[in-house]
Amino acid sequence: MTLIFAAGIAAIMGCGIYMLLSRHTMRILLGVMLMSAGVNLVIFLAGRIGPNPPPLIETGAYTLVADAANPLPQALVLTAIVIGFSLVAFAAALALQTFRTSGTLDQRDLGSAEALGSPYDKEAGK
Amino acid sequence: MNLLASQALTWPVIIPLAAAALCALAWHRPAIQRGISLLALALMLAASILLLVQVEQNGTQMIAFGGWPVPFGIVFVADRLGAAMALITAILAFSIIVFGFADIRRRQEHAGFHPLYLGMIAAVAGAFLTGDVFNLYVWFEIMLITAMGLLAIDRTRAQLDGTIKYAVLNLLGTLLFLLAVGILYGATGTLNMADLGLVLADAEPSAALGLVAALFLVAFGIKAGYFPLFFWLPASYHTASIVVSAIFAGLITKVGVYASFRVFTLLFSVEDGGVREVVAVMAAGTMLFGVFGAAVQWDIRRILSFHIVSQIGYMMLGLALATPAAMAGAVFYIVHHIIVKANLFLAAGAIYRASGTYDLRRAGGLMASHPLLALLFAVPALSLAGIPPLSGFWAKFMVIDAAFAAEAHWLAGIGLVVGLLTVFSMSKIWVEAFWKAPPVQRKKPRRVPVLMLLPMAGLGLLTLVIGFSPEPFVVYAEAAAAALLDPSSYIDAVLGTALSPESGDAS
Repeated sequence: MTLIFAAGIAAIMGCGIYMLLSRHTMRILLGVMLMSAGVNLVIFLAGRIGPNPPPLIETGAYTLVADAANPLPQALVLTAIVIGFSLVAFAAALALQTFRTSGTLDQRDLGSAEALGSPYDKEAGK
Repeated sequence: MNLLASQALTWPVIIPLAAAALCALAWHRPAIQRGISLLALALMLAASILLLVQVEQNGTQMIAFGGWPVPFGIVFVADRLGAAMALITAILAFSIIVFGFADIRRRQEHAGFHPLYLGMIAAVAGAFLTGDVFNLYVWFEIMLITAMGLLAIDRTRAQLDGTIKYAVLNLLGTLLFLLAVGILYGATGTLNMADLGLVLADAEPSAALGLVAALFLVAFGIKAGYFPLFFWLPASYHTASIVVSAIFAGLITKVGVYASFRVFTLLFSVEDGGVREVVAVMAAGTMLFGVFGAAVQWDIRRILSFHIVSQIGYMMLGLALATPAAMAGAVFYIVHHIIVKANLFLAAGAIYRASGTYDLRRAGGLMASHPLLALLFAVPALSLAGIPPLSGFWAKFMVIDAAFAAEAHWLAGIGLVVGLLTVFSMSKIWVEAFWKAPPVQRKKPRRVPVLMLLPMAGLGLLTLVIGFSPEPFVVYAEAAAAALLDPSSYIDAVLGTALSPESGDAS
C-alpha cells in the first residue's frame, strides 16, 4: 500500500518538476501546484494510512478508540492546503499583472529586473 | 504588569500582528496607518527588550499555547539567540519605518504598505521565537506572501519580473521545507523542536533522516541565499523600493540563517554524515561568488544585494566549523550584519535622493554637497568591509580566528580574500558616488530629509557602540553559542526534566 502511494507521489512530483523547468510562467506555476499536492500527500502518508476508524471521539468517551487514524497529519495537510492555495492565488494574480504590463509570460523575454543597472549596458542605467 | 511580564514571549509577535490588522481596517487613511505603525513598532521594541531582560535573568523562556501539554501543542521558546534576534528585528523595523516616513510614497501606502510591513515583521519575529517545526513553516509562508506583496508594491515591469523570480524559487524552498517536515514527522512522530532534539539524539542514522537533513539545508539555503541557491536574491532585491530592500536585506535572509543554525545544532549535528564538508564548501562558494558578483555591478542596490550573499558565507563558515568560538563569531556576525546591511541600503536610498540615480556611473560629487551623508555612509561601509575598530572587524576577526584555530586554513584564507574584495567594492561606491566629480553640475544640491539621516545615524551609532565596546556583545554571543551547541539546556527548558522521551511518540 505504502509503495503504491510512494510511486504515485513520485509520479506527481516528477510531473511537477518537469513543469517547473518550463519557460512559461503559467506552466511553472502549475508545476509548483503539482509539487505542493505531492508534498501534502507525503505528509498524509507520514501519518500511516491504513484501514483505520476515523479519529472521532465517541459520546461519553475522552480518548480516541484504539488504532484510530492519526488526526495530526490531517490538520497539517489542511493548513498546508490553505497556505498553498493563497500563495498560488497570489502568484497567479502576479502572473496576470505581469502579462498586462509586459505582454508576455515567456521567461526568456522577461528581463526587466536584470536590465536595471546592468553592467553590460554601455549606456548608463536603462 | 503581571500579564505583561508573563506573556513577554508573545508580545513581539502579537503587537505587530494586531497593528497589521488595525492598519488593514484603516485602509484608506494613510495618516492613521502611519501612526499605528510607529506606535506598534515602538511597543514591539520595548517588549523585545523586556523579553531579552527576562531571558538574561531567568534563562530560556517557554510558552505553550492552548493549554496543550508540551510536546503536542505549539510552543514559543526564547533562548539567548532567539531573544537577541527578536530585539534586533524590532530595532531594525523601527529605524526603517522612521526612514520610510520620508521615503514611502502615497501610492505605496494606498497599495497596503503598512499592513504588509507589519505582517512581515510579525512573521519574522514569529520565526525567531517559535519552537515547533511546522509552526516555523507557517511563519515562513506568512513572511513569503507579505514579502511578495511588498516587492511588487509599485507594479513596475522590473518589480513584477523580480517578484516572479522571487516567488517561484521561494515557493520551491518552502515546499521542500514542508516535505522535510512531513518526512521528519513520519520518521519521528513529533514536530516540537526540543522533543525532536531528544528523539533524534538517540535515533539510528537512516536514509529518511539523511534526506530530511539535506532538504532542510536546501530549503533554508534558498531562503538565506547559500551558494548554489542564491540567484533569485540579486535578481529581485534591487527592484524593490529602498525601504523594502533594506528590511529584506537585514532580516529575511537571516531568518534562513537562523533556521539552519537551529536545525543543525538542535535536530541534526554538522559533525555527522558529511554535513560539515557540504556546509564548508557552500560557505566558501557563498563568500566568493557573492563578492565576485558585486565586483562587476554598477547599480548600488545590486552591489549591496550581492554583498548580502557574500556576507552570509561568513555566518555559514561559523556553522561549518561548529566550535564554540566559531558559533559565537557567527552569532556576532548575524547581529552586526543585520544592522550594517540595512543601514547601507538606507544609505543607498539617501544617495538616490541626493543624486537622483542608483547608477554609480551617473552619480558623483556627494562628498562636497552632502558631507554628513558621506560620513553616515562611511560608517556602515567600512564596518561591512571589516576595518577596525568597527563592528565588522570584530565579527570577521572572531570567525576567521576560529577558522584558524579549527585548522580550517583554506576557509580562513577565503574569508580574508573576500574581506579584501569587499573593501574593493565598497571603495567603488565611495569613489564613484562621493569623490568623483558629478557628471551633471547642479546649482543647488538636492536636500536629503532629516528623517532619512536620523535612522541612519542611529544604526551607525549602534555599529560604533558595538565596534568600540565589543566586550558585552562578545560575551553574550559566546553564551548564546554555548547554548546552541549544547542543546540540553534548550530541551530542558521546553520539556522539563521530568518528561521521558516516550511521551513524544504520537504516531
